[in-house]
Amino acid sequence: MTTPPLLTLAGVHTHIAGYHILHGVDLAVPAGQVTMLLGRNGAGKTTTLRTVMGLWAASAGSVTFDGTRIDATFGTPDIARLGIAYVPENMGVFADLTVSENMLLAARGARTFDRLDTARLEWLFGLFPALKKFWLYPAGKLSGGQKQMLAIARAMVEPRRLLLIDEPSKGLAPAIVQNLVEALRELKRTETTVLLVEQNFQVAKALGDHVAVMDDGRVVHRGPMREMADDEALQQRLLGLSLAAHS
Amino acid sequence: MSEAVSEVVSEPAIATASASSGDATATHAIPRTRFDALPLLLVAVLALAAWPLVGSSSTWLTLTAAGLAMGMIVFIAASGLTLVFGLMDVLNFGHSLFIALGAYVTASVFAALATWTSMPSIALNLGAIGVAVLASMALAGAVGLGFERVIVRPVYGQHLKQILVTLGGAIVGEELIKAVWGPQQIALPPPEALRGSVLIGEVVVDKLRLVSVAIGVVVLVALVWTLNRTKIGLLIRAGVQDREMVESLGYRIRRLFVGVFAAGSALAGLGGSLWGMNQQIVVPQIGAQVNVLIFIVIIMGGLGSTVGCLVGALLVGLMTNYVGFLAPKLTMFSSIGLMVAVLLWRPRGLYPVTSR
Amino acid sequence: MLRRLLSHDLPRSRVLTVVLIGIVLGLALTPFIFPGTRALNVAAKVIVFIVLAASFDLLLGYTGIVSFAHTMFFGIGAYGIAIAATRLGPTWPALAIGTAAALATSLVLSLLIGLFSLRVRAIFFAMITLAVASAFLTFASQLSDVTGGEDGLTFQLPEALRSGTQYAAEPFLGASIDGRLLTYYLVFIAALVLVLALLRIVNSPFGRVLQAIRENDFRAEAIGYRIVVYRTIASVASALFATLAGVLLALWLRYNGPETTLSFEIMLDVLLIVVIGGMGTVYGAVVGSALLVLAQNYLQDVMKLGAGAFENVPLLSRIVSPERWLFWLGLLFVLSVYWFPNGVVGRLRQRAAAWRAAVADRASVKAR
Repeated sequence: MTTPPLLTLAGVHTHIAGYHILHGVDLAVPAGQVTMLLGRNGAGKTTTLRTVMGLWAASAGSVTFDGTRIDATFGTPDIARLGIAYVPENMGVFADLTVSENMLLAARGARTFDRLDTARLEWLFGLFPALKKFWLYPAGKLSGGQKQMLAIARAMVEPRRLLLIDEPSKGLAPAIVQNLVEALRELKRTETTVLLVEQNFQVAKALGDHVAVMDDGRVVHRGPMREMADDEALQQRLLGLSLAAHS
Repeated sequence: MSEAVSEVVSEPAIATASASSGDATATHAIPRTRFDALPLLLVAVLALAAWPLVGSSSTWLTLTAAGLAMGMIVFIAASGLTLVFGLMDVLNFGHSLFIALGAYVTASVFAALATWTSMPSIALNLGAIGVAVLASMALAGAVGLGFERVIVRPVYGQHLKQILVTLGGAIVGEELIKAVWGPQQIALPPPEALRGSVLIGEVVVDKLRLVSVAIGVVVLVALVWTLNRTKIGLLIRAGVQDREMVESLGYRIRRLFVGVFAAGSALAGLGGSLWGMNQQIVVPQIGAQVNVLIFIVIIMGGLGSTVGCLVGALLVGLMTNYVGFLAPKLTMFSSIGLMVAVLLWRPRGLYPVTSR
Repeated sequence: MLRRLLSHDLPRSRVLTVVLIGIVLGLALTPFIFPGTRALNVAAKVIVFIVLAASFDLLLGYTGIVSFAHTMFFGIGAYGIAIAATRLGPTWPALAIGTAAALATSLVLSLLIGLFSLRVRAIFFAMITLAVASAFLTFASQLSDVTGGEDGLTFQLPEALRSGTQYAAEPFLGASIDGRLLTYYLVFIAALVLVLALLRIVNSPFGRVLQAIRENDFRAEAIGYRIVVYRTIASVASALFATLAGVLLALWLRYNGPETTLSFEIMLDVLLIVVIGGMGTVYGAVVGSALLVLAQNYLQDVMKLGAGAFENVPLLSRIVSPERWLFWLGLLFVLSVYWFPNGVVGRLRQRAAAWRAAVADRASVKAR
């Protein structure tokens, strides 16, 4: 693997309201592939994403994206403009705005609806049919699964260098999760770099090329996904579960 | 915001009938958004409830017209404040300063353009009003910019300090107004051709009030159009709901906020100008007088909601006029009572902004 | 013994101690040191505002609640005495009834407001109290039959407190020993008792829970304190103390009107006092009140001297004119919020603590 990583975290510490959450995170996210970020609740996965996004400031260490060092002068909008899209755990869908308005907002290059890239929209409608059906509906009225689709579609409405996605399958029915996995597989085909936080190991196994496992604010294991998927003992040790039990 | 004023297309430009994968139920119509009209009905309900109490139809019509006009003016003055709070969680207790500035600038402009206002020519009178209104907005907006920079910015996120500091700013500002214009009250008589009233059917309407309402409607339409049909308006509406997400989408919302703050101050100036003209007298406390009403209005309407602000303002305007006729001592209490009743029904206001 | 009196809440700063002693002694001996009615009036006002501001500090500084309805309770207390003295005659029982009625009214109102505050967000609450106070002011100005309307009520005090009642034939050290003097000392002692009581309250376990709630109400609730109960009690206590301050003011002025106690200017004054003096420190109210009231009354004289220098500069002369003293105070207020968040008292205590720490450091270095 000789391609340089697109995103690198080196010795990142983050404090939130006096609590020391990240204790020196070292992470390298290779370009063009999907990296899974796994770990128990409270391991620091969400905090890591938020730190990259600049929503929480790193108290020590460095975050580098495509050769650019993201330091304290970078605000969240600046980081987003480097080409990073963020799909938070709560999806961040604007409930009072329509689906169309949500999408337009995410398309920084389009001032009005007719400037949206129609080909790209068609592609997205193919992946997420519900979006087209509920195009003029207020986003708050969508079901949980549909909101998640919208959130991810928003991150894809324009080409982005890196997608940060936080637990997309959380709280969704298995059939919806299947749709989600298919949509994300499509995304993979475009060779977009993705850092995906997940608790659902099935999803992780289906999509991940690489995996990093966090515990207590540190990365405790990293390597190819395949290796971990084949090693039940490793899964048991790191995630406290076996593949069969958690699906 | 200088893009071509192209109509924002509300349907996707893609053929909706094209076969897209897997969606078997695309045959029925796309569901549309349903507007929550219940609070608007409240305005009608209040008006109708007051009819039998007032007695005579013509008085009722006059009061209703006056109430709606007052509501319009309060809405204009309040709209800026609710957006500023909704967007950036900033509580500006100094809003009254911009209102007062608007009123005082109007007085000065009228004095300077006395030749225009004393002529019985509607064109010249309207011209004077136009200049006064624009000058008020300009000065209030400019002071707003300074206010945001110097007073508000250092205390972002700290509500208690915001309350205190903006109050302090208001005190200092009011004293400056007294220093510049003097502490005594200034009369603001309407221009010559706009004195008195007209009779529309059975309704007696002040000419000046008609002009105020006309201006108000123009502002309302402009505001609604900006919020609903432009990308900046979209940003503001989204930012009110979830500021963090808007930043994550790559928009520098702080810059937007400064603009909104200045615009809100300008609107407050306009509101003050209209208020002063309708009261026909300007005192240093004019800002504080309107401010209490504004607070009631934006709480009732839902902090951050423009429609809520409008409905709340109309309700307060109507209530004040009806109660002012029936039991003048209870006007303020009636507005508060209305607010409490609304909050008991909908604790976060008539049109609560989701995810707040 | 002094420590226990102050509920172990010492000034903790030599400068502050000196200032406080100076203020207390100054107030106690005003009739003798500063002869004349003006000085006595200013002193009485300082005393009343100390109680009023301290009660507001209980709410704002210790509990973290911003309420603009505070002057309402101040007014209720004053009107209680005024109405009782006017309707029931200038007798001691009348005053007692007036005070009791005022306290009862304040109790009920503050309970309602306190409970309401917990159902709405803090910002809503602040704005609503503003509206309520405004309404109350209008109400009082219009209920002429009861409250005397805009003109207010003037009334007499019981025989013992009247200025005509002489207790000693000769003036003592420049002050005539009459009912007025007695009234002054009545107000002074009552205020002293009230302030010490407040110190006791804020330094009790109850007071500490209040501070915990102010810092992090979520955590306090999680630990098991019912914040509803605590905040309501704090609101009620604060209101009752304010009511008593109103009672004292009415006793001194023998008059009360809407502008005297209910105006927004008074609310701002109290806010200025607490912020400049120091929030969450009862002593801040003492220092702040002295500062504000003295400024209100004597700053203008000082400014007149300064105004002369700027006479011919157009805008500047108007700003420096004595009537614009509030401008300067407002400026001081804004600067205090930014740079002296703990007010004068906080600053003094900080410096004293830093000095003590430096001394301790040097001592420990020497000992090695």
